[in-house]
Amino acid sequence: MTALAAPARPAGTDATGRAPGVWAVYRWELVKLRYQKRTYLGLAASVLAPLLLVLAISLRSGAGHGDAFAFANYLTRSGLVVPLVILLFGAIWMFPLIVALVAGDIFASEDHNGTLKTVLTRSLERQQIFAGKMLVAATYAVFAIMLSGTVGVIAGSLQSGFNSLQSLSGTIVSAPRGLELVYASLVVYLIPTAAIVAIGLMLSTLTRNSAAAVVGTLMISLLIQLIGILPGMSGAQPYLLSTQFNAWQGLLRTPTDWVPIIRALWVCALYGIPALLVAFLVFMRRDVAGG
Amino acid sequence: MSAPPIEVRGLVKRYGELTAVDGVELTVQAGDVYGYLGPNGAGKTTSLRMMLGLISPTEGSVRLFGRDPHSTVRALDGVAGFVEAPAFYPYLSARRNLELMAAYDGYGAAGRVDFALDTVELGSRARDRVGGFSHGMRQRLGIAAALLRAPKLLLLDEPATGLDPAGMRDMRRLIRRLADDGMTVLLSSHLLAEVEELCNRVAVLRRGRIVYEGTIAALARGAAASYRLATTDDTRAREICLAQPGIDAVSTEHGHIVFTGEERAVAELSRALVEADVLIHELAPQTVTLEDLFFSLTEGDGVVLDGPEPLVVESAS
Repeated sequence: MTALAAPARPAGTDATGRAPGVWAVYRWELVKLRYQKRTYLGLAASVLAPLLLVLAISLRSGAGHGDAFAFANYLTRSGLVVPLVILLFGAIWMFPLIVALVAGDIFASEDHNGTLKTVLTRSLERQQIFAGKMLVAATYAVFAIMLSGTVGVIAGSLQSGFNSLQSLSGTIVSAPRGLELVYASLVVYLIPTAAIVAIGLMLSTLTRNSAAAVVGTLMISLLIQLIGILPGMSGAQPYLLSTQFNAWQGLLRTPTDWVPIIRALWVCALYGIPALLVAFLVFMRRDVAGG
Repeated sequence: MSAPPIEVRGLVKRYGELTAVDGVELTVQAGDVYGYLGPNGAGKTTSLRMMLGLISPTEGSVRLFGRDPHSTVRALDGVAGFVEAPAFYPYLSARRNLELMAAYDGYGAAGRVDFALDTVELGSRARDRVGGFSHGMRQRLGIAAALLRAPKLLLLDEPATGLDPAGMRDMRRLIRRLADDGMTVLLSSHLLAEVEELCNRVAVLRRGRIVYEGTIAALARGAAASYRLATTDDTRAREICLAQPGIDAVSTEHGHIVFTGEERAVAELSRALVEADVLIHELAPQTVTLEDLFFSLTEGDGVVLDGPEPLVVESAS
């Protein structure tokens, strides 16, 4: 062993270095994501979903059924439709599951590894650790959805061409404008996704169990959708989280329908902010007695 | 005068009906290697968690260098350690783990990563994933993670538990060197040899309460304060013992008279025996090991020790 002439301690009142902050947590949480399989599972799903859709279009076109179905016909007119179809069907369980893989795990895995006590005895306040982890869960959600959209645009365009897009009002928009609308739709899609992230973070801190938090987040998402299809619940439909996953469709109307988008903002805030608050308070107050 | 590294007052932790820590009071002075002794479940780890701010006390207070670890994490400046086994991210290498800790420490801790790895002799395994490390290597990495903070106070929870004999020896050497380097160490342990070798002061914990606090030497003196007597007339000798001032706790064990008393009282007793024409076959201090004393303190109803130093001694309820 080496001599214990430690480099002079610069910490505390006689500090010479910089204090750690949220950025340190954010950066290292991203590093940790790079080394975890679940990160790639979610991203693989984000990439594979549009690729499989394009493959299905390709097979159907090759089989001569291209014009037999209106929906398939719509898909083969422009590759820009592919990411929008993924958004439509991904809301059911795919995107909630993908974002839950990280949001549901990010606190619970610290319990599983017993590392929470390690990081809480360093020089970071709990709120800094919470903020860093929350930002990383949000970053992952943004990355997964943007990745899926981009792969959809590229693969769809290679298969069906970078062509003009027919809006939901029946008007034709140019391909460049259509591309703008696709990415704007992805951004609007992030609003309900953020609420799902918040629910995932809440379950991660509450359950302290990664699997329970991930599955729980998906179950809550599915349950809200189930409520929407129950008889007599049509009045609640506009205020369900699942409905907000369709808010992006307002962008594809002429003129743009901002009502569902604005509603998505406050409805998702009603779901997301309390969940985030619970997660924060539980994390701040909890005793780290296990692990 | 600067505040002591650790000052604990009336510390209590309850989990429902269970009282895990019950009114612990202790002060660890700068330079101490302080043993926190007790059997499993005595409340050592819970106490350490409260000292590090990981769990909130039900009652009482903890001060580290005069600062409250429950008010701000800055109270842990100059403090490092681990409770139970040190935990790391198994999918990251040893170096990556330490770099992460250093980033969370800030204040130039990143510049101490190589020093810390070399100190615990893990430099050659720095690139290996911690998931493949043995228990002993993780313990050493735990010390390395603590050294990143260049601490003045080190809190270690059973650092040698689970190590093989060579690993235990290395760990003790490392702690000894850290202490020699001026670090104050609080060492929780149930390994008496470890505490005896390393610590100058100890607190013995039993069911959440401190039943002894003081130096090892005083504890040893307390252990030797009992004597065994054999004479030509034990019946008469026993009567003399009972009547002799300063001789207490007279009993008969395995055919010998056993009693406690100060050296001067024992000398007077031997004179009284001779004057009463009772000849002494054997008069010897009882050899009670630290282990015997530990068990007597932590099992059954406990014992009351007398010693020349002011000791916190309680008959545990």
